[in-house]
Amino acid sequence: MLGTKKLAHVGDECVSCGACVKECQLNAISIYKGMYADVDKNKCVGCGKCAKACPAGVIEIISKGAAAV
Amino acid sequence: MSKKIKKNWYDYMWIFSVTYLVLGFFNIIFAWLGLICFILPLAISIIHGSKAYCNKYCGRGQLLDMLGRKFSLSRNKVPPKFLRSKWFRYGFLTFFMTMFLLMLYNTYLVFAGASLKEVVTLLWVFKLPWHWAGTTAAPSWVAQFAFGFYSVMLTSTILGIITMILFRPRSWCVYCPMGSMTQGICTIKYKGENKDGRKSERDSGIVEVISK
Ligand code: SF4
Ligand code: SF4
Ligand code: SF4
Repeated sequence: MLGTKKLAHVGDECVSCGACVKECQLNAISIYKGMYADVDKNKCVGCGKCAKACPAGVIEIISKGAAAV
Repeated sequence: MSKKIKKNWYDYMWIFSVTYLVLGFFNIIFAWLGLICFILPLAISIIHGSKAYCNKYCGRGQLLDMLGRKFSLSRNKVPPKFLRSKWFRYGFLTFFMTMFLLMLYNTYLVFAGASLKEVVTLLWVFKLPWHWAGTTAAPSWVAQFAFGFYSVMLTSTILGIITMILFRPRSWCVYCPMGSMTQGICTIKYKGENKDGRKSERDSGIVEVISK
């Protein structure tokens, strides 16, 4: 898809357990101040590994318009 | 698959969790060691303002992850939505803490002269006779607390294993009282602080949700 980028998106009900962090080989996701998981848009390639590991099921892989990234 | 090939010392904390449960079969007084799993996460979140305990050091989380993945015991299904809802998480935390206070009250009763009950209570209902575990001639209230605390630890392990099998390996972490408390503490500590753009993440830039 030209002009779009695949990206992990963390929902509001993240429990900050850190299961996703252990999964990402690109270190693109981290826990922000113990509150929730935060995705580094520049590093994330939207591979979906974190989403599959998230026990709360709050990570979606989205396609985002390049202009907005 | 975990990203780190080189393991850190704290990746072996699951051994502590297993040892803890085994020791309780031999001498119930070891149950006091479980206080570490209560005090440490709270201290880290209050002092350091993070969930480093959950994210790195918790043996329980590691054990569930290992059982679910390495031993393929988990169905790997997303848990029902209510499990991650605030009312369920904080409701379970409230229930858990109420039962914990009740356990402390029972300890006090024994301290005040009531007789020691050598039972381990599973899931707050089922009483298992446990008189074969030693008590090292400790004062009876010390032993009573140990029985109570071991009951809490064994009960939460069993709940963790059930949800690990039914849903994803670390599903227990979604409603774990320690996880809810430490996240709550961090949220209060950093009230109002937000990573730039988090709230606007789903604005016009999104074209479609590909998978979940
Ligand atoms: S695995 Fe899911 S619930 Fe846990 S920190 Fe990551 S996004 Fe949040
Ligand atoms: S989608 Fe892949 S690259 Fe992006 S945060 Fe998740 S695991 Fe890392
Ligand atoms: S949520 Fe509970 S079980 Fe999971 S890592 Fe944190 S303290 Fe351990």
